[in-house]
Amino acid sequence: MSTIGYFLRGGDDMSGEKILQLGLLGMAGTVGLAGPAAARAFYNFQTPVTPIGRDVLFIHDLFLIIIAILFLIGTGALLYSVFAHSRRRRAHAATFTQPVGRKQWLWASTPFVALLIIDYLILGIPALHSIWALADTADAQMTVQVTAHQWHWQYQYPAYGIGFSSDLSTPQQQIDNQAPKNPHFLLQVDHPLVLPTHEKIRLMLASSDVIHAFWVPAFGIKQDVVPGYLRKTWVQIDKPGVYRGQCAELCGVGHAFMPIVVRAVSPAQFQQWVTQERAREAAVAATASATYSETQLLAQGRHVFQTLCAACHQLNGLGLPGAFPPIAAGHPFAASAPMIAALRARGFYRQGEIVEGPVVNHIRIVLHGIPGTPMPAFAAQLSAADIAAVITYERNDFGNHTGDVIEPAQVAALEDGH
Amino acid sequence: MSAVNPAIEHLHEPHHDAPPRGITRWLYATNHKDIGVMYLVFGVLMFFVGGLLAELIRSELLTPTMRVLSPEAYNQVITIHGLVMVFAAVMPITTGFANYLIPLMIGAPDMALPRLNNWGFWLLPAAAILLVLPWGLKLLGIGTGTIDTGWTMYAPLSIQAGPGADFAFVAVLLLGLSSTMASINILVTIAQQRAPGMSWLKLPVFVWSWVVTALLLIAVFPALMAGCVMQIADRHFGTHFFSAAGGGDPVLWEHIFWFFGHPEVYILLLPTTGILPHILATFARKPMYGYKAQVYSFVAIGVMSIIVWAHHMFTSGLPAGVEIYFMLSTMAISIPVAVLFFCWFGTIWRGSMTFETPMLFALGYIVLFGIGGLTGLVLSDAAADQQYHNTYFLVAHFHYALFGGPIMGIFAGLYYYLPKMTGRMYSETLGRWHFWLTLIAFNVVFMPQFLLGIAGMPRRIPDYALQFAPLNMVSSIGAFLLGATQLLFLYNLARTVFGTAGAPASARVWEGSSGLEFTLPSPPPFHTFSTPPVIE
Repeated sequence: MSTIGYFLRGGDDMSGEKILQLGLLGMAGTVGLAGPAAARAFYNFQTPVTPIGRDVLFIHDLFLIIIAILFLIGTGALLYSVFAHSRRRRAHAATFTQPVGRKQWLWASTPFVALLIIDYLILGIPALHSIWALADTADAQMTVQVTAHQWHWQYQYPAYGIGFSSDLSTPQQQIDNQAPKNPHFLLQVDHPLVLPTHEKIRLMLASSDVIHAFWVPAFGIKQDVVPGYLRKTWVQIDKPGVYRGQCAELCGVGHAFMPIVVRAVSPAQFQQWVTQERAREAAVAATASATYSETQLLAQGRHVFQTLCAACHQLNGLGLPGAFPPIAAGHPFAASAPMIAALRARGFYRQGEIVEGPVVNHIRIVLHGIPGTPMPAFAAQLSAADIAAVITYERNDFGNHTGDVIEPAQVAALEDGH
Repeated sequence: MSAVNPAIEHLHEPHHDAPPRGITRWLYATNHKDIGVMYLVFGVLMFFVGGLLAELIRSELLTPTMRVLSPEAYNQVITIHGLVMVFAAVMPITTGFANYLIPLMIGAPDMALPRLNNWGFWLLPAAAILLVLPWGLKLLGIGTGTIDTGWTMYAPLSIQAGPGADFAFVAVLLLGLSSTMASINILVTIAQQRAPGMSWLKLPVFVWSWVVTALLLIAVFPALMAGCVMQIADRHFGTHFFSAAGGGDPVLWEHIFWFFGHPEVYILLLPTTGILPHILATFARKPMYGYKAQVYSFVAIGVMSIIVWAHHMFTSGLPAGVEIYFMLSTMAISIPVAVLFFCWFGTIWRGSMTFETPMLFALGYIVLFGIGGLTGLVLSDAAADQQYHNTYFLVAHFHYALFGGPIMGIFAGLYYYLPKMTGRMYSETLGRWHFWLTLIAFNVVFMPQFLLGIAGMPRRIPDYALQFAPLNMVSSIGAFLLGATQLLFLYNLARTVFGTAGAPASARVWEGSSGLEFTLPSPPPFHTFSTPPVIE
């Protein structure tokens, strides 16, 4: 009988069984065909630009085809059975419970032999190839040290003696829905990692606090960054361009806000960039002995605060109850005993309230962090001028009116010793 | 073994052939059916708690910068969603089935250790309260809320976490105690209480699935419990098991967690792969296909699941040789799982099928769990896994495996056994609506997540880049529909249990059903098989 005609006539006698058959047919259609096809056409991996990335895309495509076929065979068999072996068509069920005879056993074992071939040959061989390729970090032309912090990345180029930290540059206003969003919302940074193309680059990864993961989809690599270990991986980028990724291991409240942006340039341009970067860092170092006006410090301080500090202490400086203390003095704050003790010892806490402590302690907190609390040390990633600016800003905004103006030299004096 | 002298048994019967009345019936319960029902009620309740948390997650992800939850609260909600669904919803429900059904299926009068059974159950609500209590305390201004590390509780993030983490670790200890007690009880019952003639290879498949599940629980839960004690020690007693700052090893925790965590997947899955063949055989009106093959597959899956854990850690930086071992061993699991699929197909093949709600859910299970299994194939590839790991591809994969498998299986089992337990039929119309809407909504939620993962969206982020916005909105709308659909199920359940609308169920309930449990009236009397049945 014509099943299609049955469905076309529809309505009058659609039993649950027919709805099931129709539904399964629809599901097989959409999931089995449209699903993987759509995935391939519109939602593939980002175009890979490294050998590993291309390997993984090859495996992914191969796998999509294989599981689409397996799914169609499986759902096809199920559909056929639902159609052909329903009570309406077969009043009496068969009674077999296992394969009988050599021929049936042979047939019954084919799916498993096929699966073994798929597992260990079709998928297994390309997998082995890329695992070994990925593990081979030897013969690199350059090494970059990547350090993960809660919640930003820091990049150092030992061969060139340069290094910088790379922070999310999406303004807090966009995150708080108070400004229109940039197209690269949450995937933009102030200082991207710059790498030369066509050179094998070894990435050495370390973490200063918890586990993070370095992931740039176009490179096909994702490497956990584990405190206490020096992990390594490598890239060799074929094509100049900007590649964006983000941290891929839950690392606390800022996990969504520590993107990775890589700018790949030709080796010649890379050398130019190194020269510029050296000059920039020299200029920054010079700021440690410079003197700034209060206006300059406040403007720069606001910028640093909104980039680095606002994620925890909030744009309004009121912090988060129980977790991150307010910057604004005179506000009540309750938190874990170790944090309160640390704040009190440094003179920033009295009778249940945050108070403005001594300048020297303020500088030390920003430089060295507060061990045992989420407050990180900024000595390695901020210049003395930036630290001076942000502390000046913190002590003269949010309703604080200490009038203190901190100059870079004061910070530099405390930088080396405690 | 269980050959009780009928004369002695008779002496005892008049004292407790009816359940005690009031709250003490449940507080002091030792009857396996009462305890089974409590497990089921508790599990279903927590399924809705976990579901509510899922709706919160999807509300936050509806658009790139929703502010339903702060980033802190978001991390807490995803963590508790995972812990509740795994430990407080799915595991109690499958244990409930075990408690209710195993004595009936093997012809035993009760579980072997009834008081242990009571204790095992009552630890659960305590553990569940511990998990969510920190939110209540936070409302009172105490602490920072619950644990916010993700259900994997990776160190040293877990050591940095607020006091909510201590509540969670203690809750896991209680859950471990509870599961271990239940597992010992189930194993002793199966080993000692079988009716005369019920040999090991005559045990119903569901009972066999629980033999393996219970063995797995006893084998791996102690590792997690020891790990939790080490975490507590790191947090409060100055040890450094997992803290690199003191010379400890964060990767050690990953090994401990996944040594438990991977078998846990099969602990969730196996009981429903045990129920499924019973349902398929019933509605195909055909004997189960490949009984022995399924039993051997359960055992093979159980053994293999203990030696493949580090495939959850392919990005942790293990040496290449270790990754290759874990990849190859993981691939091997596809064989016994494929045997199960083959037997399910064999069971319905050339049957005479009808499609009542349990059968619909069973068939849906095969399709959805199939997708979960197939996508698992490529996740086993240690190199390609770098692109999938911790993305929404992974999230979609394990929801197809754990909702498509255990939860679809739980629905199938509940609809299948509800008439037996209550003596009334549920509403078939509502049941079918529940199935179809669940099937559609589930795919609307999770199919886009595969694509999101491929496009590069990591999991566990409250805000995301703009290119992920359209698919996230589709996924969230699907989640609202999926959540609303479960209310149909709740209504159908309540209507059957408390109402009188359902038609009375016969002893056999279904035309094609077989097994000792269907020789008893529906609902079965408070005490059953006081005189053991004799199996041919």
